[in-house]
Amino acid sequence: MSHIADHAELSEQFNKDEPRVDWHDQTLWFVRKKRDVAVNKLPEWEELRETASQIKNNVLSNLSEYLLQFEENAKKNGIVVHWATDAAEHNEIVLSILRKHGVEQMIKSKSMLTEECHLNDFLKENDIEVIDTDLGERIVQLAGEVPSHIVLPCIHKKKEEIGEIFHEHLGTEKGASDPQYLTGVAREHLREKFLTRRVALTGVNFAIAETGEFVVCTNEGNADMGAHLADVHIASMGMEKIIPQRKHLGVFLRLLTRSATGQPITTYSSHFKKPREGKELHIIFVDNGRSKQLGRPDFRNSLKCIRCGACMNTCPVYRRSGGHSYHTAISGPIGSILAPNLDMKKYADLPFASTLCGSCSNVCPVKIDIHQQLYKWRQVLVQEGYVPATKSAGIKVMNWTLSHPSVFNFAGKAGRWVMQHVPFVVNNKLNPWYKQRDMPDAPDESFGEWYSKNNKKDE
Amino acid sequence: MTVGLFIPCYVDQFYPKAAIATLELLQKQGVKVVYPLNQTCCGQPMANSGFEHLTHGCDELFVKNFSQFDYIVSPSGSCVLHIKEHLHDEKHPAEATGIRHKIYELVEFLTDILKVDHIKATFKHKVGVHQSCHGQRGLKLSQMSELVAPPFSKPRYLLDMVEGIEIIDLDRQDECCGFGGTFCVAEEAVSVKMGKDRVADHIKHGAEFITAADMSCLMHMEGILKRSKSEVKVLHIAEILNAG
Repeated sequence: MSHIADHAELSEQFNKDEPRVDWHDQTLWFVRKKRDVAVNKLPEWEELRETASQIKNNVLSNLSEYLLQFEENAKKNGIVVHWATDAAEHNEIVLSILRKHGVEQMIKSKSMLTEECHLNDFLKENDIEVIDTDLGERIVQLAGEVPSHIVLPCIHKKKEEIGEIFHEHLGTEKGASDPQYLTGVAREHLREKFLTRRVALTGVNFAIAETGEFVVCTNEGNADMGAHLADVHIASMGMEKIIPQRKHLGVFLRLLTRSATGQPITTYSSHFKKPREGKELHIIFVDNGRSKQLGRPDFRNSLKCIRCGACMNTCPVYRRSGGHSYHTAISGPIGSILAPNLDMKKYADLPFASTLCGSCSNVCPVKIDIHQQLYKWRQVLVQEGYVPATKSAGIKVMNWTLSHPSVFNFAGKAGRWVMQHVPFVVNNKLNPWYKQRDMPDAPDESFGEWYSKNNKKDE
Repeated sequence: MTVGLFIPCYVDQFYPKAAIATLELLQKQGVKVVYPLNQTCCGQPMANSGFEHLTHGCDELFVKNFSQFDYIVSPSGSCVLHIKEHLHDEKHPAEATGIRHKIYELVEFLTDILKVDHIKATFKHKVGVHQSCHGQRGLKLSQMSELVAPPFSKPRYLLDMVEGIEIIDLDRQDECCGFGGTFCVAEEAVSVKMGKDRVADHIKHGAEFITAADMSCLMHMEGILKRSKSEVKVLHIAEILNAG
C-alpha cells in the first residue's frame, strides 16, 4: 500500500519555504483582525453567538421534523426535493437530473458539500464538464487543485501564481498579476459560461423550514448569475443547514460574514423559493455521515457549523501548515472534528494537529466546543486502535514512570546526569525536540531533592 | 490554611528555581506550604495524546498526595486545568471532586484567594508577558482577544506591583507558542515555527525577558532562543514576583 502523508509530514513540507509560511500566516491573521474589528462594533456579539448556538441546538434536537416541514413547504412552492444518504447517492441524483435534460455542461457556485462528495471528479468520469464560478474555486480548479480554505479557496496562492495560471488557461499576458486585470479576464471568461450553461448548481447556506425557501450567500453574485440564467437550478445542502423560521435568519446573517471576513453581511444573500415559469428548482438533502455524527453525544454539536471559516483564520497551526495539510475537503479545526466521523483511519492524524489552544472555540459564531472535541476525538481514536503502536508503547512507558514516584525520581536523576555528562545522547537528530531547539539545562538537583534538604521542618 | 504545593514533573526536574520561587512567594504571604514528596505528574501528557484511560495511576497518586490540603497550588495553568477538567478516582470520587474544586494556579491563587494587593519585588527589566493558552482560555487568567468583553489580566495585575518592571506590548497578545505537549515533537515543524514567531514578537518589542504562568511554553521558547544564540531569557512569573 502506498504511504499516505499525514498532517505532520504535509506541514513539514509546507514549512520548507519559511517566507511563504510567514506570508500565509500574515494573510490569514489579517482576516482574523478584520473579524475582530467587525465583531467589536457589536456590543451584543456574545449574546448573538449564544442565540445562534441555542437555535442550532434546537435544530439538532428536532432535525427530522424541520426537514419534513421544509420538504412539505418546498413541494408546495414547486421545488423538487431529493434525499441522499451519502455522497454517491448525491452525485447520482445530480447526474440523473443532467441526463434527464440531456445536458453535458454545468456551472457550479461555491459548495463545500460538493467538495466533500467529490462531485467534480464523479461528473468528469461521466463526461460532464463542470465549471466552478466562484473566482477562488475557478482558480484552484484551473490549477488542478482543491480549495485550501472553505471561504477563501485559493488563499494559498499568490497573485503572481494566479497570473501564471491565467496566462496558461485564459490567455492573459505573461507576467501580468494585477488583480483588477486578472479579475476582469475571469469575469469575461465566466460570463460566457453563465450565458450558455443550462444547469446551475449552488450550495445552500440556510434552508427555512417554515417557508420552504433557502438562502445562498455569495460576494460575487455568481450563484445568482448561474441560477437565474439556467433552466435548471440544483441546490445541494448538508441536512444540518436547516433553520426553523425566517426570523432566525437575521441572527445567522449577522454572524456569518463578520466571522468569516469582517464584512457586516455578504454582498448577496439570495432567497430561492420557487422555480420561475417553465424552469426547474431542485434541492438535495445530503446526510453523508451527519446522522452518525448526530448520534455521537460528544461530537453532535459539530453539526451546528455554518461554514464561516473563522476557526481556520484564527488557528495558529492552520496558518502555518496550509489548508492542504489537512488532506480533507473541510480543513482546519472544524474539519479535524468532522473528518474522523467519515473515516477514522484516514483522518486519525487530524485531531492531533492542534495545540488545543482553544482560540477556535472562542471565535466560533455558533459556539462549537471545537478544542474540547479535538481532545475527545484523540481518546476515541486511541481506543479504536487508530494510533501507531510505537506511539502507544512510548506513552505506556511514560505513564508507568509517572505512576511510580521512585521510578520517576530515579529516571529524572538519571536523565539529568546523562544530559550533564553525555549530552550527545539527547542532543542529536533522533530527538525531534533538538532538531531546531536546545534542550533545557539540567540542574544538579531537582526541586524535590532541594526541598528534602531545606524544608524538613514543614513536613 | 495549609497549601499543598504541586510542582509539575518537568518543573521539578528542569526548573527547580521556578518551584523554589513559588514556594517562597507563598511563604512570604504567610501561607503554610507543604510539598508532598511522592508527587509526579498530573497525567496530561498521556491524556492529551489520547490515553486518558491509562492515567488512573497518576490520578490515584495525585488524590493520595493532595486530598488532605485546604488548597492545592501549582505554578502551571496547564496542569491545573487538566486536574480541574479530568481528575477522576473511582475509589475516592469525593476526594477527587474536592481536589478539582480546590486546586489553583499560582497567579489566580494570589489574586482570587489571597487577594494580594501588595508585593515587595524589584525587577528592573523590559518584560514580555506570554499568555499561556490553558491558563488564559482555560482558567481565564486574562481576557481573550477573540471575545467581545472588557479586558483584564491577573498576571499583569501582579506584575504591575513589581518595582522597576517595564511590560512591553506585543503585536499578537495571546497567540499560542506552539508547545502543545506531545505536539511539540509530533508536529515538530509547525511547533517550532509557532515558537519562532512568538519569540520574534517579544524580541521586536525589546523584551529582555519573556515570562508566563506556564513553564512549558517558556521551555519551548527558551529552546528556540538558545538555538539562535539570543540574549533574551525566560523566567517563570513566580521568579519575577519573588525577585529583589
